[in-house]
Order: sequence, then structure tokens, then C-alpha cells
Amino acid sequence: MRRSVVPVLTVVGFLLVFWYAAAVWLNAPWAYNKAQRAGETLSFSQVVADTWSQKKPKLPAPHQVVKEVWETTAQKAVTSKRSLIYHSGVTLSATLLGFVLGTGLGILLAVGIVYNRTMDMSVMPWVIASQTIPILAIAPMIIVVLNAVGISGLLPKAMISMYLSFFPVVVGMVKGLRSPEAMQLDQMRTWHASKGQTFWKLRLPSSMPYLFTSLKIAMAASLVGAIVGELPTGAVAGLGARLLAGSYYGQTVQIWSALVMAAVLAACLVGIIGVLQRVMLRRMGMG
Amino acid sequence: MPLENPGSAPAEPVISAQNLDLTFQTNDGPIHALKGVSLDIAKGDFVSFIGPSGCGKTTFLRVMADLEQPTGGTVTVNGMTPEEARQARAYGYVFQAAGLYPWRTIGGNIRLPLEIMGIPKAEQDERVARVLDLVELSGFEKKFPWQLSGGMQQRASIARALGFDADILLMDEPFGALDEIVRDHLNEQLLKLWDRTGKTIAFVTHSIPEAVYLSTKIVVMSPRPGRITDVIDSPLPRERPLDIRESPEFLEVAHRVREGLRAGHGDV
Repeated sequence: MRRSVVPVLTVVGFLLVFWYAAAVWLNAPWAYNKAQRAGETLSFSQVVADTWSQKKPKLPAPHQVVKEVWETTAQKAVTSKRSLIYHSGVTLSATLLGFVLGTGLGILLAVGIVYNRTMDMSVMPWVIASQTIPILAIAPMIIVVLNAVGISGLLPKAMISMYLSFFPVVVGMVKGLRSPEAMQLDQMRTWHASKGQTFWKLRLPSSMPYLFTSLKIAMAASLVGAIVGELPTGAVAGLGARLLAGSYYGQTVQIWSALVMAAVLAACLVGIIGVLQRVMLRRMGMG
Repeated sequence: MPLENPGSAPAEPVISAQNLDLTFQTNDGPIHALKGVSLDIAKGDFVSFIGPSGCGKTTFLRVMADLEQPTGGTVTVNGMTPEEARQARAYGYVFQAAGLYPWRTIGGNIRLPLEIMGIPKAEQDERVARVLDLVELSGFEKKFPWQLSGGMQQRASIARALGFDADILLMDEPFGALDEIVRDHLNEQLLKLWDRTGKTIAFVTHSIPEAVYLSTKIVVMSPRPGRITDVIDSPLPRERPLDIRESPEFLEVAHRVREGLRAGHGDV
């Protein structure tokens, strides 16, 4: 843990330097443009100062994003429409519902594939095909169709999250449920164990390392799904709505702060699963 | 637990194989794993199967356990077909690897087949305690497999096979992965256990000293096709201290086994 601190901070440092330099490079034309119209000439330090403090920069500097995040989280009431916490909460609820639905669907399909030969031959190609369709193309249709049958609000977004998150769970769980060795299955046979007993006592516990790895990917995919689900709907709340509103009005600082918030959210969610994974697998003697 | 004296038991066969054939179809053509194998195992016998790899000794054991289906001939286990015997839980099977579940304690692992068989909780506890005592692992019930050495894990797996009181024990190279010293110790313990429980044991090995030391009957097999080349009834007494392995009788039997193996190898 401690050994990784220095390399990580070094990388972060390099990224910050690169980011500030890129901000100067990308925002300088606008600074010169402004100065020219005002009939002024700018020294280098004035240019740098200007590129790091524009209101609508092409690339906002890190401290501008941090300031925006701070103002829209800590300094706003959670119920405010301008609070990033509020928007994150909206996206989080769709993410979690979609994650739960996707995990459930994924496990059910995996059990079907492992235990049923017809499903083994027929389902997997469709599962893979489902992921080759661009989610941005299908998301508006899911929303429109569900709206037409009277389902709106949280569920359509969660469906898109589910659509993205069931896939890694199916793939991981099929592999996990098939991970017991031939010897372990023979052993069950010598005890005349039923299919159900073999599933609950051997296959399911054996699949846990695979399940947790899949859940991490599924959680990240689920968040992406929720944000994508907010884009085409003209949603008024959620991180996706913030991204969209920011791009309508050229509010790059707002876009970047929503992006940072989404990244932090994803890191926290995946981190929680990582902790659960470590605790659970250690208790099971598999960690 | 019946503690009869197996020495005086009537010689009714517990396991009987008649003219057994098993051919595996592979991409490289058929493989004759077993050809014309006939053998009777009497109650209380300790029978070892020895031979080079590919001689069908493990396949033969798996046929008895209903894990492979013969393509010809018949086997009966306790007078039943292997399938019926398996469903009646007539045998315990010990594999080469201990195969303990890492998420269960030693006690939990031994309890696993008992849970599957629907034995009441109180009786499970009592049986677990009893078989742990038999393999000298009392006090390790709450430990996890990774906390035990390889030899202790294999003893736990033997305890697991003993827990449901099958009177036949099928063992497929159970000590094959262990070092010589641990192996000696476990051989001694296994003989003691066999003596105390009066079980019928079929034991696959590729070690001549192990086969001679343990068995009342040694079955020598040879490959291509897998068949029995010699059946040796051991003249050694039931009581066998480790140093019996230096006695002339022991060396004589070992010599005959070695000759049998060489003969089987020679006509390939």
C-alpha cells in the first residue's frame, strides 16, 4: 500500500503538469483574440494567467474544476437543482437498481447456460450480439418504448444500466459455475448428490471469485448506462443531464466537474465491491 | 460399527468382476483400457492394484464406483450393479487429491456428504468426532484446510469417506502426492484403521513397497490392453509393523510383484 503512494503521486503530478500546459495551449488563442480586440499586447505571464481563469475555456484548468466541484457540492444544499450531490444521487439510484437487475439477470442466464444444453448452445451468441449494438443508438428507443407503455422515471434508465451490466456477470458466472474440477464433480456423484445440492454446496461457492470480478466491471458499466440513459431523454436531473446542459451552453467547467464527479462515484462503487470481495474471499479461504 | 474379525469372515465376494471390457473411443482410435478383467474381492480384503500408467487400475476402480461404464462384462458391488451401489452409498471413494473445500472447516468438509445424505444434525456431530478420532485429527475440527499439511489434509479426506459408514473403501493413489516419510506414517495408520473397522479396501498405487506392505491381495496389471497379469495372496500376517518390510517374506512378495510388472511390460 505505502509502496504504491510515491509512483501514484508521481503520475498524478505529471498529469497535472500536462493538464495545465494543455490549458495554456488550447485557451491562448481566445486570450490573444480578446487582447487584440481591446488593442492590448499581453506578456507571457498575462497569457498564462488568462488561460487558467477564463469563464468558458476550451479546457478548464484543474483548479477551476476543483472550485466548481467544491461550490456545487459542499456549498449547495443537497436538495438544490444546482447541487452535484443531488445530481449524483439521481444517477446513483438508477445505477444501483440497474446493477441489481443486471446481476440478477446475469446469474439466472449463467445458471441456465450451465445446466441446460439448449440454452448453452443458443443463448450465448445472443448475449454477445446484444453488446455489439451501440448503447447510444438503442438507449433512446428503450426510453421511448417504455414511455409508450407508461413506464417512466427511474426504471427506463435502470433498464439501460441492466443492459450493460448483465453481460460481464453472465460471462464470469458461466466460467465460475464451471470452475469445479472433474474430480470434485465425481466426488459429488459418489455421494449421490442431487443437482441442487451440487449447485448450492459446490458450484455456487466455487464461483465467488469470478462473481466479484464480474461485479466490479458490471458496476462501472452500470454507471455508464445510467449516464447514457439520461442523455437522450432531456432529463432534468442526473450527471448525464448536467453534461448535456453544460454542452448546450458551452459551460465546460460544469461538464468537467460532472465528469470528475462521475469518476469519483465509479471509483467509490468499485472500491466498495473490492472491499466486499476481499473480506468475503478471505473468509472463504480463497483470498 | 461392526467390529467383526475379518480373518474369519466367509469368502463371499463383496466386489465381483466378470470378463470386464472397457474401450474408450478417441480421435486416435479405440483405447482398450480394460480387457477380460475378472476378479473377486472378499469381505474384509485389502486389495492393491499395481501397474504402470495406462494399465487400467484407476479405470477399474472407477468402474466399481459407477464413474465409468464398462463396454462389456459385469461388475457387482455388494450384489448390486455399481449404479445401485452408488445410490445406496455402499462405498467411500478417496481421490488422489484431498479435494477439501477451502470455505469449509475440516469438520465442515467431513460433514458435507452427511448433509447431502440427510443425516440428522446431532448424529452428524457424533460421526464427525468419531472419524476424526479414527484418523487421529481430533482437535482439528475447527481448522481450515490451508492450516493443515498435505498429509493431514489427505487424512481428513479419508475421514470424510469414512463418515457415512460404507463398508467398502475405494482409494485411488491417495498418498501418491505425499513424500516418503509422511507416506510411511499414513500407511501404518491406514492398516490400523482397516484392522479396527473391518472395511473392504480397494487401493490403487504405483509403489511396490506400499502395495506389499498394505495388502492381503495384490493385483498386478499391465497396459495395452489393460489386464490382470498376476494375483498374489500375501503370506504376511495381519499385524504388520513397519520393519516387516525388511523380512524375507516381504522381499519375496515384492520380488514376485516386480517380476509380474516386468513380464507385463515385456510382451508389449
